[in-house]
Amino acid sequence: MSAAIQLNSAERRPLLKVERISKTFGEVTGCSDVSFSLYPGEVIGIVGESGSGKSTLLNILSAQMAPSSGTVQYDLRHKGMSDVFALSEPERRKLVRTDWGIVRQNPRDGLRMDVSAGGNVGERLMAIGARNYGDIRAEGLEWLTKVELDTARIDDKPKHFSGGMQQRLQIARNLVTRPRLVFMDEPTGGLDVSVQARLLDLLRGLVRELGIAAIIVTHDLAVVRLLADRLMVMRRGRVVEEGLTDQVLDDPHHPYTQLLVSSVLQV
Amino acid sequence: MSAATAVQWDEAYNFAYLDEQTKRMIRRTILKAIAIPGYQVPFGGREMPLAYGWGTGGIQVTASVIGPDDTLKVIDQGADDTTNAVSIRRFFERVAGVATTEETDKADIIQTRHRIPEYPLTEGQILVYQVPQPEPLRKLEPRETETRKMHGYAEYGLMSVRLYEDIARYGHIATTYSYPVMVNNRYLMSPSPIPKFDNPKMADNPAIQLFGAGREKRIYAIPPYTEVKSLDFDDHPFRIQTWEECCALCGADNSYLDEVILDDRGGKMFVCSDTHFCEDRRQAGHRGPLGADPSALGFVKPASEEGQP
Repeated sequence: MSAAIQLNSAERRPLLKVERISKTFGEVTGCSDVSFSLYPGEVIGIVGESGSGKSTLLNILSAQMAPSSGTVQYDLRHKGMSDVFALSEPERRKLVRTDWGIVRQNPRDGLRMDVSAGGNVGERLMAIGARNYGDIRAEGLEWLTKVELDTARIDDKPKHFSGGMQQRLQIARNLVTRPRLVFMDEPTGGLDVSVQARLLDLLRGLVRELGIAAIIVTHDLAVVRLLADRLMVMRRGRVVEEGLTDQVLDDPHHPYTQLLVSSVLQV
Repeated sequence: MSAATAVQWDEAYNFAYLDEQTKRMIRRTILKAIAIPGYQVPFGGREMPLAYGWGTGGIQVTASVIGPDDTLKVIDQGADDTTNAVSIRRFFERVAGVATTEETDKADIIQTRHRIPEYPLTEGQILVYQVPQPEPLRKLEPRETETRKMHGYAEYGLMSVRLYEDIARYGHIATTYSYPVMVNNRYLMSPSPIPKFDNPKMADNPAIQLFGAGREKRIYAIPPYTEVKSLDFDDHPFRIQTWEECCALCGADNSYLDEVILDDRGGKMFVCSDTHFCEDRRQAGHRGPLGADPSALGFVKPASEEGQP
């Protein structure tokens, strides 16, 4: 890591601090000994092949699953750095649905398919106490515009949307409470390349405009090249290489990273 | 109790059908339910000689709180004379030997399916609701583990999503029955499928309100004088149903009305759903548009024709 970033970290508090996280499922290792810090507004990419422990790590970081050992600390708005897994369950659930966003690979897991697009976007607002229909609706329309969805479809159900539209709706639904940290698990998985490109463009715009920190798990190096400031390469549950995205992708040191970079198809 | 009146019920059964252990268990559940207004308390529901969906929850609650000196009233959608009401009333006449009545003010216990009587209830009365689905969040969140957490942590935003959907689709909150309420500012509760017309009657009611769900094996309660608020939006406040007509029989303009089809030419009338309320008013001399002359209804034969083959 460059000296400039380390100097920066001395004056800025990290948003998320991960220390020596390990997760085992009996004999099987999910991930082991992962440590890193994430600063406000920063985007970290986690890449690796299938089964390398990326999603396990993301599930732990996003408090969906407890680690076997190690800690995840988050800079809570009202009480500073706190261990996420030491919070009471209601506190943790509140954190997940207000200050965090989780964009899932399959929009079916992240959206309510039987609730209209407007309702999906408004759910988080209503969960934190919004009780004015007009305001919720206006916010819903604003967010549909931001994610480039046709506002005329605000009352349509997501099950009638295309895959790309569902993914964009999921992003709107997560960003409506203006979270400071968003977790994304393969946000472009299952989308065709032109839709992928537009989604990435949109994500990049939103992340920069709103200053959101993000952790993006993907096997697609193009996604991290576009979005991530820093990169972690995982293999068999361990982080084998990390650094600035361009540095890692242009000058890979670890043999596995070299293999990963060289196996990208060139058109 | 004198020897002559010692046993007035069918001796083949224990008093009020359930055995004493079961009644105690249900009474403990009821006490807990009253202590935590709106909270669904699980209980060991028994098989009753009645199909699920016909009031097995309500009948168990009634059986547990009824005493030999109590007077029972049973209504089904407000009516005292429909199948469900008649058979439950007869059941308790047989297994508990209690007096029954159709008069709201004379009853100690009123078991109801989907209505609250029009006459205000008083202190000392118990209103027992039959509940098909006690979980107001069920249609939105199918997982029981999740809904329990949502109740535990008072995460009720999802319920507003349902109302939001109503407004987005119909322009107003189109839910007319089973309209969700907040009890004592803490628990979200399904009022059972009563029309939302009856929701305001639940608030600050002097009577004890007990809810029994037999299939789901849950009991919950609203103690007397408890705050009960129907959910709504600031810009779409809660409203009860209104009718342009008044009751065709008794002329009441402040009761819940049922629409009755009279013929196959579009004829219809509106009558009070609460039969006792309607009859009482007619006896007091109130008359609606059709109430003065029942033969005007068409299907009531004039007295002269009756008795003819």
